[in-house]
Amino acid sequence: MTGNVWVVAEQWRGHLSEITYETLALGREVADGLGVPLTAVLAGSGIQELAQTLGCADSVLYVDHPLLAEPIPELCAEALAQLIEARKPCALLVPLTNVSLGVGTLVATRLGNSAVNFCKDIQIVDGKLRAICVMYGGKIEAAVEPAGGLAIVGVWPGARPADKGRSERSPSIEEATVTLEDTRVRLKRYIDPEAGDVDLTKQDVLVAVGRGIQSRDNIALAEELAHALGGEVAGSRPVIDQGWLPLSRQVGKSGLAVKPKLYVALGISGAPEHIEGMKDSALIVAVNSDAGAPIFNVAHYGIVGDVLETLPALTEAIAARKTAGHHA
Amino acid sequence: MHILVLLKMVPDVVEDLEIAPDGKALDLEYLRMILSESDDHALEQALLLKERHGGKVTVLALDAPEVDDALFTAVAKGADRVVKVVGMDAGSTTRQAASALAQVIQKETGLMPADLVLTGVQAIDDLDGLIAPLVAHELGLPYLGIVTRVSLDAPGQSVQAIKEYPGGVHGEFEVKLPAVLGMQAAEKPPRYVPVAKVRTAMKSQKIDCTLVPTLADGGWLAIDVVEMKRNEPAGHAEMLEGDPDQVSGKLCGILAERGLVA
Repeated sequence: MTGNVWVVAEQWRGHLSEITYETLALGREVADGLGVPLTAVLAGSGIQELAQTLGCADSVLYVDHPLLAEPIPELCAEALAQLIEARKPCALLVPLTNVSLGVGTLVATRLGNSAVNFCKDIQIVDGKLRAICVMYGGKIEAAVEPAGGLAIVGVWPGARPADKGRSERSPSIEEATVTLEDTRVRLKRYIDPEAGDVDLTKQDVLVAVGRGIQSRDNIALAEELAHALGGEVAGSRPVIDQGWLPLSRQVGKSGLAVKPKLYVALGISGAPEHIEGMKDSALIVAVNSDAGAPIFNVAHYGIVGDVLETLPALTEAIAARKTAGHHA
Repeated sequence: MHILVLLKMVPDVVEDLEIAPDGKALDLEYLRMILSESDDHALEQALLLKERHGGKVTVLALDAPEVDDALFTAVAKGADRVVKVVGMDAGSTTRQAASALAQVIQKETGLMPADLVLTGVQAIDDLDGLIAPLVAHELGLPYLGIVTRVSLDAPGQSVQAIKEYPGGVHGEFEVKLPAVLGMQAAEKPPRYVPVAKVRTAMKSQKIDCTLVPTLADGGWLAIDVVEMKRNEPAGHAEMLEGDPDQVSGKLCGILAERGLVA
């Protein structure tokens, strides 16, 4: 293969995202496997200094343009497409986050190329790139070979540990220019979340509920367990969308990323969007009625069973142990 | 205001998913198909906008098992017209589906002009791209995804769309019309509609069928699925077995060992 492996260095509101380093670590393996250099591509406005921390790559290509100040997908995609046409990389890895979602698809369609979505790992087989993709809510794994030419691959968070993508090395840094026209999509302002009643990111113990909790009334059962464990209740997307818990309690790609000492996932199937927010918890316990639920892929301990039966039993067992402990 | 909603059926992942004998796709025979969740939200947002500002909601879907139910349910909820694209190969990719939809939108009478095209942000089988940006590109329209609220800024001119970012942050965008939006969630949970109302819709409304256009060669090479397999979760977690009291006792012991239960 000729041409470098490119990784889109995702930056948002002046900072590089964690997934940038995760994807760089994956990109490093891919580039080494193919025997080609690795380039980090950084697009934004006033972002040149961010390039220094991208030393996991051999080189950084950056574009500084006022229209790239905010992540408007069609402008990011147009900038990338122009760079690709001029420099012909062999692969483009694009983070799949709320900031970059849609960019890979747009670059592909703009260049008349194909794209691969949902990738969690990349292998090199016979000198060719093979993406391992997680689809159907995490239930199915597909091995996919991109079509010939440029491989555009959307990469889930967590493909590699971010620390593997950090480096003290100084990459060679080069500025490139693109021609962009104003777009029909304009960011007016960011709305930062109102402080909730608790800060989930500061909790040692989180009891998280998903669709399996079945109704708003059953949240009280989770609250009792959280209380027994000295923690707080969190929720996955469906629970928040139903209005059963406030947005400030959401864990996942649109909510918070948490790293408690204990994360109890109740009736949460474990779609990649949720895993993104809790995968770094020290101890993960999952209860789900479906033995095939992908949450058991990240959990340390798993229980296959009815959440509504397990929850009260667990709360009672913990309360009993605490009482016994006090008497001992 | 005319809003076009694109719906897609996807396998219900609550069911066991079987792999086809060739090992490269799901076995269609054993699938139960349901409406893609975020598409349901796209429909809800369209209906809310219609209720607020008047106008018309047209729903467009590719033929698939159970799609008629989804279309009649859309009518029962308040959609004005439902159109089904027939003749598409089962197992078409998202890229092919988007291309077919974009061409039907341009050719079928009454679909254009539309002020807004709403669809789900992402479906669980979007292995080679997302419908919204693909359709937006083919129609030459602006695109924004992960949208959770749409309100009319200047009728006929622009909408205000709220997009989700990480950490509970939202972005308020102005999007010029016409536009394609990928909906993550409507501002309210999708409405419930009684079965009786769906049955009434089946009697009173028909589904317009249109044949899939001969797809022009898009010039791109399709991706190649080499192998598909079930993601076996057993490998990672240590499973605790027994009745609720037994597993609770075991777990409690594990937590106590780690100092997580006082």
